[in-house]
Amino acid sequence: MRTPTFLLICLVIAAVVFTGSLAVGNDYVFFAGYVVLQYVVLSTAWNILGGYCGYVNFGTAAFFALGAYSTVAIYKLTTGDDSYSISIPIPVLMLVGGAVSGVVGFGMGYLTLRLRGAFFSIATLALAVVLETLVVNWDYVGGSRGAYVIRPEEIALIGNYIRYLFLIMMLLAVAAITVARLIEHSRLGYGFATIRDDELAAEACGVPTLRLKLIATTISGALMGMAGAPFPYYISYLQPDSTFALDYAVNSIAMPLIGGTTSWVGPLIGTLLLGSLQQIATVTISSAVNLLLVGCLLVAFVIVAPNGIIGLVHTYLQRKPEEFVGRRRVDADAPEAVP
Amino acid sequence: MNGAMNSAMANTDLLQVDNLGKRFGGFVALENISLSVAAGERLGLIGPNGSGKSTLVNCICGTLRNEQGAVRFNGRQLDGLASHQRTRLGLARSFQLPRPFVSMSLIDNIRIPLLYTVAARGTGRSAQDIDTRCADLLHEVGLEEKARHLPRDLTQVEMRKLELARAMASEPKLLIADEAMAGLTHSEIEEILALLVRLNEQGVTIVLIEHIMRAVMSFSRRLVVLVSGRKIADGQPDDVMRDPEVERAYLG
Repeated sequence: MRTPTFLLICLVIAAVVFTGSLAVGNDYVFFAGYVVLQYVVLSTAWNILGGYCGYVNFGTAAFFALGAYSTVAIYKLTTGDDSYSISIPIPVLMLVGGAVSGVVGFGMGYLTLRLRGAFFSIATLALAVVLETLVVNWDYVGGSRGAYVIRPEEIALIGNYIRYLFLIMMLLAVAAITVARLIEHSRLGYGFATIRDDELAAEACGVPTLRLKLIATTISGALMGMAGAPFPYYISYLQPDSTFALDYAVNSIAMPLIGGTTSWVGPLIGTLLLGSLQQIATVTISSAVNLLLVGCLLVAFVIVAPNGIIGLVHTYLQRKPEEFVGRRRVDADAPEAVP
Repeated sequence: MNGAMNSAMANTDLLQVDNLGKRFGGFVALENISLSVAAGERLGLIGPNGSGKSTLVNCICGTLRNEQGAVRFNGRQLDGLASHQRTRLGLARSFQLPRPFVSMSLIDNIRIPLLYTVAARGTGRSAQDIDTRCADLLHEVGLEEKARHLPRDLTQVEMRKLELARAMASEPKLLIADEAMAGLTHSEIEEILALLVRLNEQGVTIVLIEHIMRAVMSFSRRLVVLVSGRKIADGQPDDVMRDPEVERAYLG
């Protein structure tokens, strides 16, 4: 399927979902749906670096918060006191947040991509801690007290402002999925996969691994920042503790893992499943049960379906008898002939 | 004057290693290695385990950085070039232990060098051309029936063939085959040797690193011997094997 066709189908589905949510007649659907959509963007973005390239990023919250705090900074700048007040449209704030996070993603990549495996992950975790400390000590954006951002009540044509936020997040989700799919089917996607499999062999095949990793951290970071930019308007009161919460990192790793990391479909399925479950649990039980839910599901999937739902479907579809007979073990440590 | 000299050298030697030295901490892995390989040559590189053969390959291909000396390829200084840049210049290698891209089918394994090396040289190709070329390469090494399989389905000899096919896909001027035959049976060795000879006849210069003497002697037109990081012999295979120093290194 060509990308324009794919994009069109996504937009049609988005339109159906939006009108369907309107039909429910309760705006709570939009509040809950916004969070799920936000995670669609975050997990898709995480997967570009984590799933395609195999670099596990624990710093999702840092990039998300960068987007959110870019918005707060602009908000403070444009609505300083009563003498003037300009309202910047959310899509513009998203572009700014995305740019800031993209630049930081590039920088993080440049500094840390010579690290591999757990060391890279620890460095991303450290980035989140460093950024949180900076924000806590930066009074202009509220410091540890947090910052209020006043959400307009209504917006023309659509009505309640939350519907507008929902719509925008849905469009961003469509954009993120389209980008991920585009990468997957391109030369870039092949290059990312070689990095995941074997960087030394990739270099020997002419793949510029460092440059590709920088592209991945930049795209991934930028998308996370874009997802964070409207967040202050959603939450109204932004506080470092909750913006840098571990939940973002854990969820945006768990969702692709549950869905499957090798394709754009995986993070989408994982998020729809886990994100919706969390929203239901928040209403019916308590929001504290969310992380427990993630933990249990993750353990279950690691045992039952280590390649996620996608992997499960693949093995079911591709099970051929020839796969089980006549396969010889490839022994890397086979004894070598000595002269 | 210097430029004229350089181009004169480029006409004769494809690869030139000058006084190359590499140490790991206090351990001297390579010491003053000088070596030249002419275009179209079939060179055998031998030496006991730990003599520095693979380290030399890694220095030539840019996987490791040499502290001392220089490598020139096709008239170009390679210092400071990353591994992938050297591959794009036409310097390909296969790994001692095969390193396939495990999540990709065989045909996609072959596709990578075509996408990233051949395409980067500016000879743009359509997706269809690339598909055809991948299939041709797999056919050449006899793996066309497994094109859609994953590397884990391969036997040891098939894995070596995939490794060679992937190196060939980058359309190299020089191919360094690092122990492409270790652990193979007699007839499998013959298969790989025939493949390398065919490749050489197509104009690819080949450096063969190997422990299996029968294979080395039948393939090489010239032999270089490394012992403890130093080059102790370089010349006609028969002469080199009669060299008392080489005999001592191999037989103790």
